[in-house]
Amino acid sequence: MALAKRIIPCLDVDNGHVVKGVRFIDIRYAGNPVEVAKYYDQQGADEIIFLDIAATHHNRNTMVNMVEAVASQVFIPLTVGGGIHTTDDIRNMLNAGADKVSINSAAVTNPTFIIKAAEKFGSQCIVVAIDVKIDTKSSEEPQWEVFIHGGRTPTGLKAVEWAKEVVSYGAGEILLTSIDRDGTKSGFDLNITRAISDTVSVPVIASGGVGKLQDLIDGIKKGKADAVLAASIFHFGEYSVQDVKHQMLSQGIEVRL
Amino acid sequence: MKLFMRQVAIIDYGMGNLRSVHKALERIAKNNAIIKITSNSKQILAASHVILPGVGAIRDCIRELQRLQLDHVVCEVAKQKPLLGICLGMQALLTCSEENGGINNLGLIRGNVCRFDIQHSTNGEHLKVPHMGWNRVNQTLYHPMWNNIDQNSYFYFAHSYFATPNEALVIAATTSYLNTFASAIYKENIFAVQFHPEKSQHVGLQLLKNFLDWDGQS
Repeated sequence: MALAKRIIPCLDVDNGHVVKGVRFIDIRYAGNPVEVAKYYDQQGADEIIFLDIAATHHNRNTMVNMVEAVASQVFIPLTVGGGIHTTDDIRNMLNAGADKVSINSAAVTNPTFIIKAAEKFGSQCIVVAIDVKIDTKSSEEPQWEVFIHGGRTPTGLKAVEWAKEVVSYGAGEILLTSIDRDGTKSGFDLNITRAISDTVSVPVIASGGVGKLQDLIDGIKKGKADAVLAASIFHFGEYSVQDVKHQMLSQGIEVRL
Repeated sequence: MKLFMRQVAIIDYGMGNLRSVHKALERIAKNNAIIKITSNSKQILAASHVILPGVGAIRDCIRELQRLQLDHVVCEVAKQKPLLGICLGMQALLTCSEENGGINNLGLIRGNVCRFDIQHSTNGEHLKVPHMGWNRVNQTLYHPMWNNIDQNSYFYFAHSYFATPNEALVIAATTSYLNTFASAIYKENIFAVQFHPEKSQHVGLQLLKNFLDWDGQS
C-alpha cells in the first residue's frame, strides 16, 4: 500500500504572525507565515496546518489574506482552523487557497453545520478537530471527554462516540488532540488515538505531546494514526521533517521523500 | 519556430480550488501565458488550453456546468484543444457516477465513477476513505504529460470516488489503494488526473508545465 503517512507541522497564528516563534529560521522571518511555510515545504512537509489562536472577526480577515499569500508560493495542502463557524468562513478560506478547514467548537454547538458544510464543499475538505481529556473520575476503563473553546469547556461528550457521530455527519478527517499531553513532550495519548482510528472510517491526525522523534513513529505504529502533527519539535529545530521521514522509513513506514 | 502566447482558461463553475490552480500556473508560466479564471464560453473557446478543475460533489458539479451552459462548451473544447481535468473535473468527463444516487456526467470518456469500498482491503490494514494524502502514480504508458516526471512519483490525492473507464486503453496511470484505480486517463487531446497537481509540489508543477507545453497530440 503506497499511501504515505503524513508529517504535518502546525503553526499558531495571531493577527497574521506566527506565534510561539520558529527558532531555526532567520529571526527576520520567524514570525512570517509565508517564510515559515516555505521552509517546511522545502523540508518535505506533507501538509501545513494554520491555527488562528485568537479567532476574532478581525483576525479572520487577516487569516484569509495570509492563506492567500502562502498559497501563492507553497504548493502543498493547507488546512486552516480556528473560528470557522459558517459556510461563508469555509468558502473564504477555500477561495483563498486552503484545501481543508478544521472545525472544532462549532461542531459541538451546531452539528448541522458539519452536515451542511460537507454537503456543500465535500467531506474531503472538512476536518473536525476533537480536543480530549482523560476523565479521571471513571475508575476502571479509561474514558475521554471532549472539550471545546480551547480546552476550557467540558461538553459531556465521550470522545469515541463523538468521533463516530461527526463522521456520520460528513467529516472527512479527524484532528485528535490530547489536552493532557499538549505541551508536555511526553508523546501522543496512544490509547485514545488508536481507539478512534480503529473505530472511524476516515483518516485520523494525531496531535498533542510530541517531544521526540519516536513519539511520531509511535503515533503511527501504535496509535494507528494516518498522519501526525507537531509544532515545537519542528519550530525549535530539534528535528527537521526530513529527519522524521528518514527515521520512519528505516522503521518500515511509508513516507514521501 | 514562432513562440506563441498560451491562453489558458480555468473553467469557473463555482466548484473549488480555482485560485490554487491559477497560482500554480502563474508560477510556472511566468510571462508566457495569459491565465484566466472564467465561466465565459467565448473566452473558454478562444483559449489555447483549458482546465476543468473541481472539488466537492458530482451532482452540484454537473448541475452547475449545465446551468451555466458550460457542459456543451467542455464537449466542444474536447474536440479541439488540450483539455486537463483535475479531480472532480476528471470524474465529470466519464459517462456516469454512482455518487449522489447516480448522475449522468459529460460522457467524453466511456466509463463509470465508483466509491472506494472499505471491504476491499486485503491485507487486514484498516484503510480509510477519503483516500487522502500522497500516493504513488504509476505511469502505464509514455505521454508528453509525463515528461520529466519520475515513474512512481508521489502526488496529492483527496477523494472517495474513482474512475473506472470501460477501455483500459485510456488509462495513463494507476495508483494502488483499497484497489488499483486509474489515477490518470487520456483520449486524444484530453488528459485527466484524479490527484491535485496544483498541490503536489514540484512534480505537480512539472505536470502543469507539461500541459502548457502540450499540443494535444499523444
